[in-house]
Amino acid sequence: MTEPSEKTTSRRALLGWGGAGLALGAVAAGGAVAATRAGDDAEPAGAGTGAAIPFHGERQAGVATPVQDRLHFAAFDVRTEDRDAFVEMLKEWTEAARRMTAGHAVGDGAYGGLAEAPPDDTGEALGLKPSRLTLTIGFGPSFFDKFGERFGIADARPEALTELPQFAGDNLDRGRSGGDLCVQACADDPQVAVHAIRNLARIGFGKVVVRWSQLGFGKTSSTTPDAQTPRNLFGFKDGTRNIAGTETDRLDEFVWVGEKDGPQWMAGGSYLVARRIRMHIETWDRTSLQEQEDIFGRSKGEGAPVGRAKERDKPFLKAMMPDAHVRLAHPDSNGGATILRRGYSFTDGTDGLGRLDAGLFFLAYQRDPRTGFIRIQRNLAKDALNEYIQHVGSALFAVPPGVRDKDDWWGSTLFGKEA
Amino acid sequence: MRPVRLSVAAATTVAALTAVTGCTEKGSSAGSDRVVRVTATDDKCEVSKKEFPAGHIELAVENKGSKVTEVYVLFPDDRIVTERENIGPGTKQTVTAEVKAGDYTIACKPGMKGDGIRQSVKATGGSAAKRDPRLDKAVAAYREYVQQQADETLPLAEKFAAAVRSGDVEAAKKAYAPSRLGWERTEPVAESFGDIDPKVDVREDGLEDGQDPATDWTGWHRLEKSLWKDKKIGDREKELADLLIKDLKDWQNRVGKAEITPTSMANGAKELLDEVATGKVTGEEERYSHTDLVDFKANVEGAEKAYELLKPVAQANEPELVTELDRQFAALDGLLDKYRADKDSYAFTSYDKVGDADRKQLSDGVNALAEPLSKLAAAVVVK
Repeated sequence: MTEPSEKTTSRRALLGWGGAGLALGAVAAGGAVAATRAGDDAEPAGAGTGAAIPFHGERQAGVATPVQDRLHFAAFDVRTEDRDAFVEMLKEWTEAARRMTAGHAVGDGAYGGLAEAPPDDTGEALGLKPSRLTLTIGFGPSFFDKFGERFGIADARPEALTELPQFAGDNLDRGRSGGDLCVQACADDPQVAVHAIRNLARIGFGKVVVRWSQLGFGKTSSTTPDAQTPRNLFGFKDGTRNIAGTETDRLDEFVWVGEKDGPQWMAGGSYLVARRIRMHIETWDRTSLQEQEDIFGRSKGEGAPVGRAKERDKPFLKAMMPDAHVRLAHPDSNGGATILRRGYSFTDGTDGLGRLDAGLFFLAYQRDPRTGFIRIQRNLAKDALNEYIQHVGSALFAVPPGVRDKDDWWGSTLFGKEA
Repeated sequence: MRPVRLSVAAATTVAALTAVTGCTEKGSSAGSDRVVRVTATDDKCEVSKKEFPAGHIELAVENKGSKVTEVYVLFPDDRIVTERENIGPGTKQTVTAEVKAGDYTIACKPGMKGDGIRQSVKATGGSAAKRDPRLDKAVAAYREYVQQQADETLPLAEKFAAAVRSGDVEAAKKAYAPSRLGWERTEPVAESFGDIDPKVDVREDGLEDGQDPATDWTGWHRLEKSLWKDKKIGDREKELADLLIKDLKDWQNRVGKAEITPTSMANGAKELLDEVATGKVTGEEERYSHTDLVDFKANVEGAEKAYELLKPVAQANEPELVTELDRQFAALDGLLDKYRADKDSYAFTSYDKVGDADRKQLSDGVNALAEPLSKLAAAVVVK
């Protein structure tokens, strides 16, 4: 929520800045997006229906598509130095992702095969619905550092894919940061998301290793403004003015990499910033309501900006404290910088001191991190919320465009169709 | 170090291809000529017929003896077609199997010990069961390897025991890890006996409910604790050294008769990597001596031996799997070599000196090998 708050704030701020008027239903939004991606008569995929989100499309699912309830996010390091073996793994991953997002088991399934062989699929998602599972892949800066020359893709490295700078207050754990690859698995059923990462990791053994992973149990942002705005673990509504999945103009302006942005393989893709933001839950809970609301710049109950009545009223930034989170994260305070937030609350039990190891796993998609997250995060150096949060993990990934059809595969625009 | 009968479990899965075991004693579904009544007593194993048609057969077993018994259907080389354990006195069980034409043995094992009381039987008609001479050869060679490992272990264990008996802590520490190599290389076979592993290789946390660590904990790890943690050798330790030798001799005498199949060899190789993944990589196995990397190396060597013997068949059936296994064995061996100065020596870095990042690298290497290794058994099934 912290960072996300910022971003959240951004979203909220976004209300003010721009696209306010769109109030399409969540289902309509999902349907529209799905149809766009699939290019066919895909069914609208609403929450709770257990429906499948189309895997094929111009864009990867899991960015502008409706935000599901649960997350399992995994960062991998590449171990093979064999380009062909790596590309083959990407193809195997794609096929597995194609099947799992449609609600099918991997390979020959979880049972019924040779008794002497371990089953292809691990089985724990048998009988569960597709649960709107989306699987989204990204490539990190370290992938190009380590394999750019060896895999013959050094020239394809995007300028935007440069390690994030150190920000004020960062206390990053290397073991929870970075990664050559990432897969974001989102679903309405946590078992479906965990099953997806587990099976991809298994397929990857010998080629890639899991560097770190994160579970998220509750979405803190949505791309469907009609739905009730989710709350973060500080108890505040988050993402009131996030970019909606239906706002194609804003998606093109702020989220999707354009044809002329370069490099060509990223056109139609996006950049993902992931930040593990620990919240100091116990001290926050002892903070007075007035202070909490001052810190955010919104009311706790309604989520209305300071001096306004309703959540979706346009924020009046100058009425807020100078270091209020919403004010500092708002596009108007950042030269218009806007990002699509897609973060999740996490609680990884408690730490050794009995405090909740909880916070926000912040995920944001943007056309260019230099004019997106980095711009906003620098402005948050003086955020009043910083007293209650700490960024402990960080990663950046280039998310390529979508897998077009059954013959296409993750990374094909980077490695070439002939590979 | 686990007291479960892994290899036997593996062997049963082999049989699953050709045998379907039923669990009930309810009425027969097979025609009467396909039912063989087996009457087991403490000294007899009577069968109602010695010839039956190939295909589905049903053994109607009745234990009229006073001991718990087991019934096996065996191939001529003692590979298991199917088995049923824990048939109590006065109870009936039905065991079913699909058998091809050929010679078989039905064995009852009153008290669940020894080779059992045997009856030769024959399935007639149809074609003879398929055998792959390459796999028979691999099993024979592996059986020889397993015996050799036990034979070579005994003098090394004697050296360790002698140092303990003489109260020489330093000499005993030095002899400890080498005495375990042969055991660690072939552990899944040793574990198949069920009773030896808990005596020689159990850790304190592996004791069963009701076992008292003071009196019931025996074997290598009990002595490891005395040598490294308590740093002293008393009368009890000397007794335990004698006991270790006694139990290892028991292993040496029995290991050559273990039930070994191509599938149990392949699964055993995978189980050795499982041992590494759950015990050695975490430093739990050798928590006092920190000689985990010695065990690690021995486990990998044992797995590699089984793999090399099965490789000709795997190569013919799944050439890509063989390529991957060769690559991953080489990678893991190379990684382990970083932890010893001399490639001919088993003097590895003490595991408490191996940092978290290096442990993760070792763990990644184990996963990279164990995943394809788990597919080896299916690649050597007789088709």
